[in-house]
Amino acid sequence: MSRIIKIRKGLNIKLKGSAEKVLGTAPASSAYAVRPADFKGLTPRLCVRQGDEVKAGTPVFFDKYRPGIQFVSPVGGTVEAINRGDRRKLLEVVIKPDAKNIHEKYEITDKLLSSREQIIELMQKAGYWPFVVQRPYGIIANPADRPKSIFVSGLDTAPLTVDIAFLLQGQEEHFQKGIDILSRLTEGKVYLGLDADDAASKLNRITNAEITLFTGKHPAGNVGVHIHHIDPVNKGDIVWTMDAQHVAALGRFFTTGTYSAEKIVALCGSKVKRPQYYKITTGASMRAFENLIDHSEDTRYISGDVLTGTNIGKDGYIGFYGNRISVIPEGDKYEFLGWAMPRFGKFSASKSYFSWLTPNRLYDLDTNLNGGERAFVVTNQYEKVLPMDIYPVYLLKAILAEDIDRMEQLGIYELIEEDLALCEFVCTSKIEVQAILRRGIDLMIKEMS
Amino acid sequence: MKILRRFLDKIKPSFEKGGKLSKFHSTFEGFESFLFVPKTVTASGCHIRDSVDLKRTMSVVVLALVPCMLFGMWNVGYQHFLSAGDTSQTLFSTFLFGFLKVLPIIVVSYAVGLGIEFAFAQVRGHEINEGFLVTGMIIPLIMPVEIPLWMVALATAFAVIIGKEIFGGTGMNIWNPALLARAFVFFSYPTHISGDKVWIADGYSGATPLSNAPAGLSDLPAVSDMFFGLIPGSIGETSKVAILLGAALLIFTGTGSWKIMFSGIAGALAVGYLFNAVGGGNSYMSIPPYYHLLMGGLAFGLVFMATDPVSSAQTETGKWIYGFLTGALVVVIRVFNPAYPEGAMLVILLMNTFAPLIDHYVVAANIRRRRNRVAYRAKQNKEIPSN
Repeated sequence: MSRIIKIRKGLNIKLKGSAEKVLGTAPASSAYAVRPADFKGLTPRLCVRQGDEVKAGTPVFFDKYRPGIQFVSPVGGTVEAINRGDRRKLLEVVIKPDAKNIHEKYEITDKLLSSREQIIELMQKAGYWPFVVQRPYGIIANPADRPKSIFVSGLDTAPLTVDIAFLLQGQEEHFQKGIDILSRLTEGKVYLGLDADDAASKLNRITNAEITLFTGKHPAGNVGVHIHHIDPVNKGDIVWTMDAQHVAALGRFFTTGTYSAEKIVALCGSKVKRPQYYKITTGASMRAFENLIDHSEDTRYISGDVLTGTNIGKDGYIGFYGNRISVIPEGDKYEFLGWAMPRFGKFSASKSYFSWLTPNRLYDLDTNLNGGERAFVVTNQYEKVLPMDIYPVYLLKAILAEDIDRMEQLGIYELIEEDLALCEFVCTSKIEVQAILRRGIDLMIKEMS
Repeated sequence: MKILRRFLDKIKPSFEKGGKLSKFHSTFEGFESFLFVPKTVTASGCHIRDSVDLKRTMSVVVLALVPCMLFGMWNVGYQHFLSAGDTSQTLFSTFLFGFLKVLPIIVVSYAVGLGIEFAFAQVRGHEINEGFLVTGMIIPLIMPVEIPLWMVALATAFAVIIGKEIFGGTGMNIWNPALLARAFVFFSYPTHISGDKVWIADGYSGATPLSNAPAGLSDLPAVSDMFFGLIPGSIGETSKVAILLGAALLIFTGTGSWKIMFSGIAGALAVGYLFNAVGGGNSYMSIPPYYHLLMGGLAFGLVFMATDPVSSAQTETGKWIYGFLTGALVVVIRVFNPAYPEGAMLVILLMNTFAPLIDHYVVAANIRRRRNRVAYRAKQNKEIPSN
């Protein structure tokens, strides 16, 4: 019997537009992009030029400081554009797919699978290494490190929840293979966190990993919460994490030897006409989904969930990480005396609104900030939604003061943005918690290297 | 409302940088965001945000203070007519008398405080903070009714400037601003805030239960009078019923910490019972402990001022300690220091001073837990040699 961990703190934000468990094929995309901004802390070095022919799996840029880590084209075609921003910062490499869509192929031998070094080398070469994210810092792992354990979260609790078991349906064998590969990469254990309320899930039969069942409100599905409760990251520790769908993709690659950037995403949110799941190729353009979205008002297109995702705009490209696209209304509207009105339709974790009366109601939230930024005033607000033994406000203040020692003492190694996303959501003072945390992490990386 | 919105949009440019009235940008922003929730959208991090903001939170506290204010107004009239021996007054005329006495104090407190807040916000280029909405309401409620208005103005200015703005505004202050206003009056004009003359309007005198308490039980009013608030005292502090109503709202909405209120009551009762058990020459020591909760400003202070999130302890463990010590020390000061008939004000200010220290030790414990985890792991690794 697997261990069950009950997460008592947290908050479920119930939004309109959850994806129905129906899998469709996404409309064809006329362009795909690889975006360095998807990878935290990366300094890219370009290795293709405009007009170059690429296969699916051909490197387009690599990490300047760790040249082994390659970032590859998701499809076969030609490099259509290389878009740069201020100071020639590389924004995206756009690839126009062709009909042939040739994929890179590699030979997978038993000898290769028995060597940790060769697995890591191939993962880097074939473009699979960016799947491996390390704690601390939430950046792409260093292939030279030996992590004390590897964590995979098999449940999702973020708003507009995605059913991971559904994403992996029919892929269980690949997922198992991926777990087997991961277990070669660490001397410690591979931990798989699963939903305690979904006992029928086929993922419960996965071997080679220690299964822990989680139940509770968001962020019970966050891998950071799993790490904190099972094998916390101390100073000097390295833990690796991988997205569940990426584990399956890794397993598929080591079974077939063919590069593939296919994944399933949920197209969800109140502005989507029929929210459901779609099979896509990473980096597809949002424009492909144009007809599936209600354009009656200003809309925000988010690659990822509404708490942590990236605003990609209606012409943007779907990001490398994440299992959903959330489309919600923009909130650039004034509201007369809003703060003083009863506002029955509004959601709040605090009881100064009336949403506590209707716990099962679904809300259509927009992107309005709902107030102005202030100094920290209200206490015990973050703590209620952070199921970790960490004092978030003290940590944030240490970051603002750029006090490295204190940041370390207060547990910055254990956190990445998604863990504090709910703190930012509930904050009365509208403090940019995630941005501050990232500033702290960047400072740590700079000072500790 | 569209007309109003259109009007604001029309005049807005002249308040922006470079505009004719840019000197009043913060003031304009303050009024605009008061009338309309701004259309600002999220730029980083979470794309959606909770509906709550500081305006809403502060409104809840002001709402929680309303029962105390209304009852206080009525009680001012009631005490006046009681001393005058006039029994012919109706509920309404009693309230009206008090209303006319108290309203000017509230108006002065808000006008002075908000005036200073607006000026500071403009100079600093900040948005206007909502913190004073609460402070401006509490200040009148903890003053005696006979206080001269200029003194209210001076005390409010002191509280806002020295108590808050020099630290950087709401959220940065060390002490509860409203209590500083009272402390200012207490030390600068002692005759206006203690003694018998100040509690009842228009020259009638009447001692508060606190000033009679050292003489022992015989001089105190009935328990029910103290509970319902039919006693002389600061405007808002007398009725425990009104305070309980406010406390219920604060606790329910999570705006005020029930831990501080609860442990404060526990602290007062614990020390009260201890004194009862010890006994001794001081007859104050032997009054029933719950009297301490009914007399003076302890109940009001615990509910509305000790719970101020900015100046109280900020960690949950810290709140238990902070609340308990507040309640306990109030009783100690009342019983042993005849020079200060009311301990609540100074004790809360004292505990505000110590709150960061309490939090420091609570956070230090968290840091130690994290450090021990490393040590524990290192020990484990030594015992099981890795292959």
